[in-house]
Order: sequence, then C-alpha cells, then structure tokens
Amino acid sequence: MSEEIKMVDIYIMGKKYTVPETLTIMDAMEYAGYQLKRGCGCRAGFCGACATVYRMAGDYELKVGLACQTKVEDGMYLAQIPFFPGRKAAFNLEEIKPSTAHFTQLYPEVYRCLGCSSCTKVCPQDIDVMQYIAYIQRGDFEKAADISFDCLMCGLCVSRCPANIVHYNAALTARRLYSRYIAKPDAFLAERTRKIEEGELDAEIDALVTADQDKLQELYNNREIEK
Amino acid sequence: MTYTPQLRELMKKVEESRASRVGVNYPRMTPEERRDVLQKFHPDYIVDGFREIAVGVDKGARMPVEMADVFEAKSRVSGTELDLTADPDYDVDVLIIGGGGAGASAALDAHKAGANVMIATKLRFGDANTMMAQGGIQAADKENDTPAIHYLDVLGGGRFENLPELARALVMDAPLVIKWLEDMGTMFDKKGDGTMITIHGGGTSRKRMHAARDYTGAEIMRTLRDEVLNQGIKVVEFSAAAELLLDSEGRAAGAVLLNLETEQYEIARAKTVIIATGGSGRLHYRGFPTSNHYGATADGLILGYRAGAKTIYADSIQYHPTGGAYPPQLLGLLVTEKTRGLGATPLNIKGEQFVYHLETRDVASSAIIRECEERNLGVPLPTGITAVWLDSPLIELTHGEGTVERQLPAMLRQFQRFGVDIRKEPMLIYPTLHYQNGGLLIDADARSTVENLYVAGEAAGGIHGTNRLMGNSLLDIIVFGRRAGRDAAAKSKDMAVPAGLNLEHAEAYNKALEESGAGNGRVSPILLPHYTHR
Ligand SMILES: Cc1cc2nc3c(=O)[nH]c(=O)nc-3n(C[C@H](O)[C@H](O)[C@H](O)COP(=O)(O)OP(=O)(O)OC[C@H]3O[C@@H](n4cnc5c(N)ncnc54)[C@H](O)[C@@H]3O)c2cc1C
Ligand code: FES
Repeated sequence: MSEEIKMVDIYIMGKKYTVPETLTIMDAMEYAGYQLKRGCGCRAGFCGACATVYRMAGDYELKVGLACQTKVEDGMYLAQIPFFPGRKAAFNLEEIKPSTAHFTQLYPEVYRCLGCSSCTKVCPQDIDVMQYIAYIQRGDFEKAADISFDCLMCGLCVSRCPANIVHYNAALTARRLYSRYIAKPDAFLAERTRKIEEGELDAEIDALVTADQDKLQELYNNREIEK
Repeated sequence: MTYTPQLRELMKKVEESRASRVGVNYPRMTPEERRDVLQKFHPDYIVDGFREIAVGVDKGARMPVEMADVFEAKSRVSGTELDLTADPDYDVDVLIIGGGGAGASAALDAHKAGANVMIATKLRFGDANTMMAQGGIQAADKENDTPAIHYLDVLGGGRFENLPELARALVMDAPLVIKWLEDMGTMFDKKGDGTMITIHGGGTSRKRMHAARDYTGAEIMRTLRDEVLNQGIKVVEFSAAAELLLDSEGRAAGAVLLNLETEQYEIARAKTVIIATGGSGRLHYRGFPTSNHYGATADGLILGYRAGAKTIYADSIQYHPTGGAYPPQLLGLLVTEKTRGLGATPLNIKGEQFVYHLETRDVASSAIIRECEERNLGVPLPTGITAVWLDSPLIELTHGEGTVERQLPAMLRQFQRFGVDIRKEPMLIYPTLHYQNGGLLIDADARSTVENLYVAGEAAGGIHGTNRLMGNSLLDIIVFGRRAGRDAAAKSKDMAVPAGLNLEHAEAYNKALEESGAGNGRVSPILLPHYTHR
C-alpha cells in the first residue's frame, strides 16, 4: 500500500531544496546532499546536538526545534546552531555546597534574569526554564533539579537569553549539588562497597568463577527469582 | 492524524480485541519453541548474512558481511604523506579514543592517577550511545542480592559464553560504580531516605536495575562529562582516529587523528592508548534500521584489529524487538523495554497476540520477524515495510491513567512530536539493530592482546558472552573504562616516550589484503555513514 509521498520546498540557509514531506529536518538535509558532521549525534532526541532555528515563509516568528525530532514543512527557512559558546564554570564538588553564596560565585549571571521567559518559550523539551532559574535564585536546588531534569543541553535557551545566562550548565550544577548534598546517600550501598573493598565477598564469587558449566547451569536454572 | 486512513482501518482490529486481552497472559514458549524460532529467524543464524574474514589475526573468523566489509578494507591513511618523525601535535601519557561513557570514565581515573590524559572524539563529547540509554544500570547493592547472584544472571543471559574473569570484574565493581556515580552527584531515582529505587530487567533474578527516570544514560553521561571538564582534562572534538600508531617494538603508541572539519591529519603520540569507540549499529547489518547514534561505525574494532588485536564474538549482534517502524521519522528508534514491562503487548494485523510480551530480546525479535516474513501477518506500512502493533493503550487500562506520563515521559514525548498519542493509539514496531555483543578481546584490566593498547565499552567483547542483559552495558562501560584508565596510567608512569612511531602494521595489512584478493577497493574506518540522496 505504498502511497505517493508529497514533496515540499525547504530553504537550508536560504537555499531551496525539494524534499519528501515525511522527513525530519535532519534527514531532509541529508536528502538534500549534506554530509552531516556537526549538528548530529544521537538522531533520537537525547543528545541536544541538533538545535535548529527556522521560520515559515511569510511569517515573522522565529521557531526552534531539534532537527532529528522535527518534521519538515513546506516553506521552512532553517539553519542549525551546532555550537554555542556558552560558559561552563569549573568547580570542585567537594568544596562547594548547595548555597546561594557558592552559586553566585559560579554563575553570577543567574541572578540577573530579566524574567522575559524567552528561555521557556524556546525549550524543545517543554521545560519551564525560567522557573528553574527562579528556584536556583531562591536557593531551592531540589525543585530546580526536579524540573530541569529532562534538559538535553541543546543550548537554545542560551541563544535567546538577554542576560547571557547559560541555563543548562547552571541546571546541571544544581542537579549535582542536589544529588550530592540534599538527597541522602544510600546507606546499604556504602556498607556493600566496604565489604567488597575488604574482600569479604571474594569467596562466594570465586566459588562460581571456578565452577564448571554443568554446575553453573544447574544453579542458574534453580535460582530463586525475586517477586 | 499521523496514522493514514488505511492504518486507522487496521487499527480497529486492535481496538476490538483489546477488552478481551486485558489481564490475559499469552503463554511463554517452551525451550524447544524458543530454539526453533531463533534458528529459523534470528539474524545471527542466517548463514548468508556472514562470511569468514580473509586477513588478520583472526583470519577465518565469522562476521556479519557488513562488518567484514569494514575489516577487509585498506587503511584510510595509506598513500597520505605523514611525517611521523616531526614533533607530534599532541603528546600525552594516555590517549583515549572516544568520548562516550567508557572514554569519560577512563579519563577520570587515569587523570586521578596522575597521568596526562587526552580524549579525542569523532563527534561532540558525549553525543553517543551512552547518552541514549533509557532503561537503567545494574548493580547488586541490596540486602537480598550479592555480586555472586548477579554473576549467575550475567552468565545465564550470556549463554554461559562469557569470559569468567570479565564477568567477575563486572559484578564485583558494580556497587563501587554506583557509589562513585552517587558521590559525583548523579541523580538516581531514590526514596526519601536515600534508598535507591530498583526494579527488574529482562533476565534479572533480583530487582537491581537503577534508573534516573527514563534518561539514565543521559544523566550518567552529562555528569561524567561535566566532571571531565571540571578536572580540566583535554578533550578534542570532531577529531576521529583514522589509524593507530605503533612504536618500533610493535606496541601501541598513539594515533593518526582526522580533523573532520579541516580534513587535516594530526599526530597524537601516547604511551598508552584506550579504544572507547562504542558500537557498530550504523553498519546496518542485513539492512536493519538501528537504535544507535550517528557515529556507531565500528571504527575502533578495525583500528585495533589492524594493529593485531584479537576479537571475540564478532558475529553476535543484539536486535531489540521494539524499534520504531512508523511514523517514518521514528524508524529504528528504540522503544524502551519498559513499555513491554508495563504490559504493552505485540499484536499482528488481526489484532491477535503471537508471542508472550516478556520473552527475551532475541526470542521476541525472532517471533516478530516470523510473524511478518513467514506468516505474512505483519501490518503493511505506507513506507513499504511491514511491522507489528505494540498495544501501548493496555498500559493505562492495567495500571491506571497517568502511568505513561509518569513512567515513560521520553517515549510519550517522542511519539507525540510526530502525532501519535501512545496512551490512546498503539505503536508500530519492528526489531532494530541495537548492540554489539562481541568486540575486541580484553582481560580484566581492559588490556587487548596488543601491548599498551586497552579497550573499554561497547568496543570490547567477552564480558556478556553472546547476549547482553539490559542494564549491564552502562555498567560495563564504567567498570572497564575505569579499569583501563587506572592500568594505563600506572603503565605510563615508568615508560619512556615511545620511539620509532610507524604505520607498518597498516601497510602489512594492506598487502595481506591485496594478496588475499579481498577488499575490493574499500577503505576503513568509515567514520561516518553516508545517508545523502538515499
Ligand atoms: C537507544 C539505546 C538504549 C540503550 N539502553 C541501555 C540501557 O538501558 N542500559 C544499558 O546498560 N545499556 C543500554 N544501551 C547500551 C549502552 O548505552 C551502550 O552500549 C554504551 O553506552 C556504550 O558506551 P561506549 O562508551 O562504549 O560508547 P558510546 O557512548 O557510543 O561512545 C563512543 C564514542 O566514541 C566516539 N568515536 C567513535 N569512533 C571514533 C573514532 N574513529 N575516533 C574518535 N572517536 C570515535 C564517538 O563519537 C563517541 O564519543 C542502550 C543503547 C542504545 C543505543
Ligand atoms: S541528534 Fe541528538 S537530539 Fe537530535
């Protein structure tokens, strides 16, 4: 039941190409003849390599999307932003704490947010970016970590921010601070690693490592399975 | 309205039978039935999909023909003028090729041990398979579990073909890896008191799958990457290794790197080299679509092999039963195992289930292929391929409204972007090429059979036998990445700077290839797949 596939016109950096309408922007660029190097990673909406800006013919509004997760449309004018020179503050996680004092030193620009919401409007993951910046400002790292979690670090927010905030790096720092200092460590895990390091679990495993295949198969087939 | 009117018509069959299927378990296959469907339909058993490699240390070994094409190819750098006697562009103790989870872990531990480390990576740092893992990472860190119990699961899953010392290292280091990640501020799913939330995965006898929502690999990768950058470790992006360099004694001593943008070669000299280049899904074995990232082209395998490193289980490939088939933008994309775990079932064109929804990956894939190819009960798609339904609306019928949004946010978002609401409409799926079970042979310190050459991550083989279980790969890349980093750093300490850098091994390989008559003008590594004008 193959059907005729409709073709559409798109403009890659201003140049016109006619491509099947079923393609993503990424596939369409390849269809048009581009051998991608930058701007392409996972091809599945996880890595944020493929941030793209576009505008529909006749419209003034700039739209954004992930090239691997956005279908082409007739009359699309597009360009990729494969790299954005956002700043990352280096830190030693053992020497900082989830506190506004420390965060101000790393990312002072976070506290200069103008509240324009441009970041939230462009996020291809539908994250309320401005809200997590507000949580960071308030020192609520737990909430900032929670709502920023789905961030792919594609950088589109940064490209639109009039206050030059690098949201994704600030969010990652907030999540690491939350996970290191606010979420509690797993108590049994610490106990288990100590035992392994002290060799207390060696005998049990070595008995299996040296066992013959029949024995292993028997143990495997009769192993108890947690409900 | 992404589904066409024809598909909507076919979908009615699924809707009609749905009520009668709620809560009804389709019978599991008997061991005989499993063996039968595997042998007849699993791509690993399709004889003409393989050939014996004509040259090199494993001459005569069986490989998928697409992999053999990469192996039976001339060196990409032969014929290029390279001055190997001049001062190199980079001079380090430990050169890590590949910037995924294995490479980043290796870099952190080698750096910590005091070595001068550099990562050269083909694409952007982190944009690779590690970032895409959704499901989770295994480790025996509960009271009712031990590394020994984990070990048995790993071996049973791997058909008892795993190398015991590698499987031992995997399970014994596992809790240490989780602790390491926890200390680094990785946001695992936890209860209020800090207890890690863990669930079952295919083939586990204990609930030991740790997750970070359904972005587990992404959370691990961005944490590792952030820490590599914090430590000031040198990372060179868009710089692909095109060939390894050996010293006058035949030991690994660096690599020829290709700047993908300027197309110029650069020389990196190193006392030790770690291959962490990941998998090979983009070779599209037997024409399968793949869940893998853009750069998964087996580069590290051929670089190591030309230098004399042995492979293991190169003919063992994992196909994931639930790859996206429609809408076409989602072709090959992974539909996480959790979707079936939550109760979504595979159905044929008549809306009938044909395989128990939680059969192992290899069996489920084979059953889907059989349904489409032999029984002709697949759903024909407007794109010309056939697929089967995965009845995702069953999830909320069983577990209640809101389950999909809570448990599968990445999946829901992905299908919504292309007009399918998986809460209300079934998905269309077909097996996708997912994972390379084998790779370059290593020992427990991640050493290959070539001196000073290490391999970690999906490029290494032997850990998982011929079938990896979910959650053990994210684990292995960190276990063996760290082990490689530590051993390479220690080894580099007492070593002089390598002398007599050369490409003689590549020339010898070219010559052997010519004599064998294989090769057919191909060059490798291929570095990037070619999708232009397809
Ligand atoms: C969609 C998906 C879901 C998965 N889900 C899970 C899961 O839930 N649990 C689990 O345990 N496992 C899972 N896996 C498997 C697991 O994620 C991978 O096997 C693992 O992350 C591989 O890590 P790696 O570091 O070896 O390779 P990658 O992360 O792929 O990194 C390879 C790196 O090498 C670079 N490279 C390649 N060639 C060259 C070259 N010539 N020169 C320089 N650099 C090069 C690449 O650019 C990249 O940086 C999944 C895999 C996929 C694709
Ligand atoms: S290529 Fe990774 S998000 Fe698009």
